[in-house]
Amino acid sequence: MKYVSEFRDPTLARHLAQKLADAAQPGRSYRFMEFCGGHTHALARYGVLDLLPPQIQMIHGPGCPVCVLPIGRIDMAIELASRPGVILASYGDTLRVPASGQLSLIRARAQGADVRIVYAVDDALALARAHPDRDVVFLAIGFETTTPPTAVALQTAQREDLGNFSVLCNHVLTPAAMHAILDQPEPVPLDGLVGPAHVSTIIGTQPYEVFASRYHLPVVIAGFEPLDMMQAILMLVQQVNEGRAEVENEFTRAVSHQGNTRAQALVHEVFELRDDFAWRGLDRIPHSALRLRPAYARFDAELRFGLHDRSVPDHPQCLCGPILRGQRQPVDCKLFGTVCTPDNPMGACMVSSEGACAAHYAYGRHRAPTANTEASTPTSGPPTSAATTEPHIP
Amino acid sequence: MSLAKPGYVRPLDLKQGRIDLTHGAGGRASHQLVQEVFHPAFARTWTHLQHQNGQPWQPGSDDGTVLPMPDHLPAGHRLVLSTDAHVVSPLFFPGGDIGQLAVHGTVNDLAMMGATPLHLTVSLILEEGLPLADLVRIARSMSDAACEAGVAIVTGDTKVVERGKGDGAYISTAGLGWVAAGVRLSGTNAQVGDAIVLSGPIGEHGLAVLSQREGLQFDSPITSDTAPLNGLVHAMLRSGARLRVLRDPTRGGVATSLNEIAAASGVGMMLDEATIPLPPAVQGACELMGLDPLYLANEGKLLALCHPDDIDTLLTAMRAHPLGRQACCIGTVTEDPHHFVQMRTAFGGCRMLDWLMGDPLPRIC
Repeated sequence: MKYVSEFRDPTLARHLAQKLADAAQPGRSYRFMEFCGGHTHALARYGVLDLLPPQIQMIHGPGCPVCVLPIGRIDMAIELASRPGVILASYGDTLRVPASGQLSLIRARAQGADVRIVYAVDDALALARAHPDRDVVFLAIGFETTTPPTAVALQTAQREDLGNFSVLCNHVLTPAAMHAILDQPEPVPLDGLVGPAHVSTIIGTQPYEVFASRYHLPVVIAGFEPLDMMQAILMLVQQVNEGRAEVENEFTRAVSHQGNTRAQALVHEVFELRDDFAWRGLDRIPHSALRLRPAYARFDAELRFGLHDRSVPDHPQCLCGPILRGQRQPVDCKLFGTVCTPDNPMGACMVSSEGACAAHYAYGRHRAPTANTEASTPTSGPPTSAATTEPHIP
Repeated sequence: MSLAKPGYVRPLDLKQGRIDLTHGAGGRASHQLVQEVFHPAFARTWTHLQHQNGQPWQPGSDDGTVLPMPDHLPAGHRLVLSTDAHVVSPLFFPGGDIGQLAVHGTVNDLAMMGATPLHLTVSLILEEGLPLADLVRIARSMSDAACEAGVAIVTGDTKVVERGKGDGAYISTAGLGWVAAGVRLSGTNAQVGDAIVLSGPIGEHGLAVLSQREGLQFDSPITSDTAPLNGLVHAMLRSGARLRVLRDPTRGGVATSLNEIAAASGVGMMLDEATIPLPPAVQGACELMGLDPLYLANEGKLLALCHPDDIDTLLTAMRAHPLGRQACCIGTVTEDPHHFVQMRTAFGGCRMLDWLMGDPLPRIC
């Protein structure tokens, strides 16, 4: 397929794999974090990890919008959806995120809450127009990529005076999460960052410069195609070898230095920074999320329905936190593949296909765990045997 | 002389009329629906049936239907019974409709057992307000599909639910067929070394339906692949290839069907992504929406596992049939205590193919 198959060419992949093998110095380890869930998914789906030399280890970051949504925010959405007269419109992925009391939006729906799956925020606006007697709340989640469409929807609602539409805003910011990862008390030793693809089309390469300068960490923005990722990893290896720490852009066909300034202006017009926001696995991070500006207050579901943020601890044995912080791997978790499977997720990393646990469960269980993880936990057979344990994969 | 006048029943308005609750109440309106919609549509499927007295077969109005025994079934032949419920939204989609699907679904389930399908039953649950014109269209398309597959629709039932309690129409079919003495196909039969054969390009049905779903309409040249597979299976059985398993990868797609077989047979599988035929339009739509074609439903494709020495015989027979022209070998059965289905990616790596989780949904960003 034109403009896609070129980025998945096996001959070029072998060529790049050879270059990587030549570039990676023996006896040295390269620990790179791919921040974005899209990259985690691509690494697993195309089998990119099989083409990397053993010195290179990829660590999954927290860039999966579904995974970082804390239990308290899902509880809030469930509470809202259960109110008579309310229709909660949500992206499909979010429906299975586990909340308190063994609930999730999909289970709340079975109990009578009116939860509708939408594919875009436009569908939520259409629901509001079609049901003037109901309150339609859009559960907005996502990083910088999904924020501009929500902003457009809010402007549309304002223009149309769509009084029964509101947004439960959970839009979060990539650079703030990167700071949180790097500033944590026991930071993961990292040699470089693979910067997100779609997020960077909006914010540009400029916001990553601080990571290169302050933390002396090489950053390469990469596209989501497997050759993009291999090229970006090669660029990171070269930076490490040469002792450089710069922001480089592999995804030049879509990402510029300044990013999409029109989208940025739109977001700035509609949203403002929250003082802080709870992230699953990363606790509260200052200035890491957005809320609606006072001019749009009437569309803010938190204000309209008097909702309050409540922090709820994760399952005590769930390692989503350390996994999202890059400190542990899915196989380190006792729940992984035993009681926590994609069909019955305990932690959010098992929900979205971009989540580290779900990606590893779906694509990577056949692979032996990397040498530096404490891999001694069992993994399971097919999901039908979710509660049973099988011998450890050699 | 009796004063009773012969009853007059106004014919159904098949152009403007709609299903109402009386059509499911079991009274005259129900009877009329059967007489004016279903019998005319299904009569074509009865032509090869005869009563034992040599008279052409006609459906009765009793609680069950009496059928002639199939002729010339040698000892050792067995009967196969299968049933399938169909809920699809929208009812009409590019390349097919729920009626066709309801026939093909059960015919194909019988075919996957190596059976020759004979008779179908059909139960319809209709929603109040369904246009009669739609029902006629569905009944005709069931009849066309049954004729193509060589099966007779011999008995049925209709119920009507209140507006808002159904999706226009739900259809459940059951099918009876026979299977020859030596044919023993089962998902438990896979053996290490077996070749895995796919009958053609995948993903079309799943995408054709998705492209019409509310809130997701997109222009696409993709049409459903829905088709009766009994003819193709007949050719495959006749080829003499040692077939072990047949499976039509419907819901959950190729990936889920292969996982079912791997788990049932206690084996692993290794596929080769580069060999799996994908129509460019399916590939494009999947790229756009972040879907994996290996998990999309097919309604006119089959997976076959056969003895590795017979692969050429099997492929030759399949490619000679219109529904198997693009048949190809996509992998082999391996020894694996974990029963994993794995795939060498076209990119050069390796990955697992797990069971489908939930519904395939377009990605967020």
